[in-house]
Amino acid sequence: MSLKIYVPGDAAALSVGADAVAKAIGEQIASRRFDATVIRNGSRGMFWLEPLVEVETSRGRIAYGPVTADQVPGLFDAGFLEGKPHQLHLGVTEEIPFLKDQERLTFARCGITDPLSLSDYVSHGGYRGLERALKLTPLQIVDEVTNSGLRGRGGAGFPTGIKWKTVLNTPSDQKFIVCNADEGDSGTYADRMIMEGDPFVLIEGMTIAGFAVGATVGYIYIRSEYPHAFRQLKRAIAIAYEKGYLGENVAGSGKRFDLEPRMGAGAYICGEETSLLESLEGKRGQIRFKPPLPAIKGLFGQPTVVNNVISLSTVPIILDRGAQYYRDFGMGKSRGTLTIQLAGNIKRGGLVEKAFGLTLREAIYDFGGGTASGRPLRAVQAGGPLGAYFPASLLDTPLDYEAFAEKKGMLGHGGIVVFDDSVDLAHQARFAMEFCAAESCGKCTPCRVGSTRGVEVIDRIIANEDRAKNLELLGDLCEVLTDGSLCALGGLIPYPVQSAIKHFPEDFDKPAPPQAAGRTQERPSWR
Amino acid sequence: MSSSQGWDADKALSRIQEFERLPGALLPILHALQEEFGYVDKAAVPLIASALNLSHAEVHGAISFYHDFRREPAGSHTLKVCRAESCQAMGCESMIRHVESRLGVKLGQTTEDRSITLEPVYCLGNCALSPAVMLDGKLYGRVSSDVADFLIDGARRHA
Repeated sequence: MSLKIYVPGDAAALSVGADAVAKAIGEQIASRRFDATVIRNGSRGMFWLEPLVEVETSRGRIAYGPVTADQVPGLFDAGFLEGKPHQLHLGVTEEIPFLKDQERLTFARCGITDPLSLSDYVSHGGYRGLERALKLTPLQIVDEVTNSGLRGRGGAGFPTGIKWKTVLNTPSDQKFIVCNADEGDSGTYADRMIMEGDPFVLIEGMTIAGFAVGATVGYIYIRSEYPHAFRQLKRAIAIAYEKGYLGENVAGSGKRFDLEPRMGAGAYICGEETSLLESLEGKRGQIRFKPPLPAIKGLFGQPTVVNNVISLSTVPIILDRGAQYYRDFGMGKSRGTLTIQLAGNIKRGGLVEKAFGLTLREAIYDFGGGTASGRPLRAVQAGGPLGAYFPASLLDTPLDYEAFAEKKGMLGHGGIVVFDDSVDLAHQARFAMEFCAAESCGKCTPCRVGSTRGVEVIDRIIANEDRAKNLELLGDLCEVLTDGSLCALGGLIPYPVQSAIKHFPEDFDKPAPPQAAGRTQERPSWR
Repeated sequence: MSSSQGWDADKALSRIQEFERLPGALLPILHALQEEFGYVDKAAVPLIASALNLSHAEVHGAISFYHDFRREPAGSHTLKVCRAESCQAMGCESMIRHVESRLGVKLGQTTEDRSITLEPVYCLGNCALSPAVMLDGKLYGRVSSDVADFLIDGARRHA
């Protein structure tokens, strides 16, 4: 039997040279006349070790990393095909503590299988969820998802089953499943990883959703910053059609489900579900008033389920193992697992799938190993650009929707960006407003105008012009944004701003930097 | 990389016809035109409007709304640098200043020899390997000023 060597084809692994490593391995195999195959798997999510090469041995898969192309001949010389020692030798992959201490449910296959092999997918538990769903009534499928406690992983945390039930109960000739793959928050990459590393799980989840609510068409809206994921999903969808898992007779059930990926065009706001729907319809991505909810009047005016990639990709395991199995993980009202993404100034950056309830400190230190720079941690931003900045004193907050809300923070999509002591929170607060100004869809005044005024006020605070008065003004402005904005962009942008002021007041009380004067003249946009 | 050939109305029409029957065809059409020509020429607006039964304003409004669509040709290569928080935490701002001075342009501009267009981007999803950049659709991680120089030199050799 041919020996298997795994070199990730994940975009992040490619970004540090995985293609060159795969090519070098191919050359060594050819010149040494070995019977071995290189498989381009997804990433295991241990990015500081990428490119992470694995070899299948009788002891299990043995990992080496981070490998560079010029180290490949040496690896062969050392006998890495038999899993022999080498300075890059990491032992059995599954025993690496970062991976071993996780609870991988949604990411059960990511990094293990060949992402584009349907037989690999099926032999690792794939399509068992659909198989079970086909034996249930639509209402039973919805109940299973409701009972699992699954909440939207895109950030809002709305119970997925309740959304589905609304769509199920809204009569219509045509309903849609829309997957929100506009993963725009900084510090997040779980959606990208699963789309590249295990795309069939998303396809299966969307198919189950379609059968549950009576929708026959699905769209995946992927951001254009993810060209690699887009291509990978396109290929996976073509394979699923070819093998009868999509189309007019899904898995021989006689039921139809069609799926199409669509590419976004660089607008952050299109991650907001109603903007996304407008964009899919071919319009400017401006948000819609709610109500009506998309579940009642969504895409092209029809009842539509809009769910995040991770939510939909978690559906197969819930159907396969049952609601109870899934809800046994987690704490309080946050059931199941959270896909934590460690990012920014972090020593061991990567994906940690773990039951809700791990503390920020455990995530950052036990898994992440602290800052990459080795300097003291000063601030953590969870939940993307609309999330609060937490100081080190809040590191014992458990990763749970309600616990974060209690500290005036947001768990969001599970991204955690770590900053060391070189960060200037006044600068970060300004950036938040600047970002909001650039990405506002323009529909409501508080967000469209307020964000630009916010940049100007923060500039005056930094420049030490009437500081006390301007801080008060900024507080008022944030209140207007919170209460008066139509969607989460304007409504939540006060989070990073006010948390920065509250937890790091000293950064707003420094002498004016020499270049601060006249800064307000700059166009308040990072674009 | 986009082929950036000159505008060609017949070619544009055939790309429009490829997608016009899709529900919500506007974005797929704009992406196809940008892929074909490297930008969306204003001459495309009436063609798209008539194919999709939209007003010129609706088409123009969509083109100008989305950061991706260019209304004039870019340089031979496009370097997108991430300015989001995760990359900030790893010092992207100083790397970007270095790139700007190296190329003699600001974010959003094209070098004088039209070899490189420098664009800001908000998050490339490579946040465990910050700072990140994307050169002609290819992602790079842990991009120090030196790595950025290496990428720029490589791109310029294949202008």
